[in-house]
Amino acid sequence: MVDAIIKTTDLNSFFGSVQALKGINLEVQRNEILGVIGPSNSGKTTFLRALNRLNYRVRSYSQTGEILLDGQDLKAIRDNVLRKKVGIIFALPQVLPVTIFENVAYGPKVHGLTHREQVDWIVEESLKKASLWDEVKDRLNQPAVKLSGGQQQRLCIARTLAVGPEVILYDEPSSGLDPISTAKLEDTMQQLKADYTQILVTNNTKQASRVSERCAFFLMGELVELGPTDQIFTKPQDKRTDDYITGRFG
Amino acid sequence: MNGAKIRQCIAFSVLGVLTLAIVVPILLVMVYIVVNGAGAISWEFLTAAPRQGMKAGGIFPAIVGTILLVVGTMLFSLPLGVLSAVYLVEYAHDNLFTRLIKLSVVNLSGIPSIVYGLFGFTMFVILLHFGTSILAGSLTLAIMSLPVIITASKEALESVPDTYREISLSLGATRWQTVRYCVLPYAIPGILTGTVLSLSRAAGETAPILFTVAAFYLPRLPRGVFDQVMALPYHLYVISTQVPNIPLELSFATALVLVGLVFLMNLVSIFLRAHYRKKRLW
Repeated sequence: MVDAIIKTTDLNSFFGSVQALKGINLEVQRNEILGVIGPSNSGKTTFLRALNRLNYRVRSYSQTGEILLDGQDLKAIRDNVLRKKVGIIFALPQVLPVTIFENVAYGPKVHGLTHREQVDWIVEESLKKASLWDEVKDRLNQPAVKLSGGQQQRLCIARTLAVGPEVILYDEPSSGLDPISTAKLEDTMQQLKADYTQILVTNNTKQASRVSERCAFFLMGELVELGPTDQIFTKPQDKRTDDYITGRFG
Repeated sequence: MNGAKIRQCIAFSVLGVLTLAIVVPILLVMVYIVVNGAGAISWEFLTAAPRQGMKAGGIFPAIVGTILLVVGTMLFSLPLGVLSAVYLVEYAHDNLFTRLIKLSVVNLSGIPSIVYGLFGFTMFVILLHFGTSILAGSLTLAIMSLPVIITASKEALESVPDTYREISLSLGATRWQTVRYCVLPYAIPGILTGTVLSLSRAAGETAPILFTVAAFYLPRLPRGVFDQVMALPYHLYVISTQVPNIPLELSFATALVLVGLVFLMNLVSIFLRAHYRKKRLW
């Protein structure tokens, strides 16, 4: 087995009395793109948000089991330190109502970077890595909301990259985007592969098959099957996986 | 015209008349004050102390007194009110304790101002030995202003989209950084509105300052926070009812100055609000 960056052991999640995740055992390998597919309410997003503890924003949330990041229990890591390491891209592009520059510079600033030149450099590097620099370099001081949806989503990626994460979570990142913007986003993800571990939750099974190397199929809070993407899409081991990817439900 | 259109026409007319019915009394009051009081406004009236048992001279000490009280009130109530609202919205869990706090806030706003006056008198003037002073008056007015400031700040904070908080937290910002950089800046316009609203009310209140700070006749400026001051609303009350043979014009002129002062405060808040709204980019 290759180096696992994230390991969940018997992870159960609850919102009040409703169980959203049932005994998830899963390993995410360093620098892979892991696709997570499944119908609505299958626990994909809950799984994703468990990895940076955003679920705990919901007061009724509780969780049992263990999640390890680099061998360290998440419970032992302070939330702000964890979220610096594990970034997330939300379903709809969510930018702050400030300039393009300030959106990207926000993270570095809260982490204590004040030196103007360093911030400039990080903003430029992050925007380049998110394949957005060429499109925005002349208008960094314009409101971020003026960008198109696809650009905003890549801006969100740049903003996440700016705090120097190890893992990037994507929560249905192209659900609000047109096919061309989606293709650009997927290109960006491929370019980030060298340096980051990425987990992509998507409703779009085709996207998972295009982008991911391994794929996990969630159904009703259970991890039904996890395997190389080729195998999941051509020779699934479980009848339910087969039913889902061939479009019999979901 | 069909039935729906007629009904719409009637509804619009009724609503229009009702709206006008709100504007008319305000205008009448303003016009009445201006017409009766403007004649007595002069440079001396605004800058001199009262003379001859308040029958002549100006109201300068009362203007200064009211301004000092408003500033003092703001110093106490703004930080306390905004921080309470931040605690209630951003930190507190929904439990018996916070529900009790929220209930208290709502109930505080229903207490008659004379009761605040009595409370301030026993608490600050007597128990804490502040005496009849600017400090005691400001504290009393501050407590009276708190509910409105807290409620307005709470609503302003709650209207900031939760996604801003989520973005900030997801980037590894702490809770306080999130409040400081991603919530408060967008809530400031609403907080300002509520603050100015309650400070305007504080500027015009007589009952809370009656026993705690207001001087009947003190034709000089205060020397410190433990000094008494004259204040416009109380002065107005005094010259209208307590001292015989004062020209009515003087009362109206005093009222005009008080209304003008409150109007000025509102104007400042409008400009501040516009300034902060511009910062928000969309």
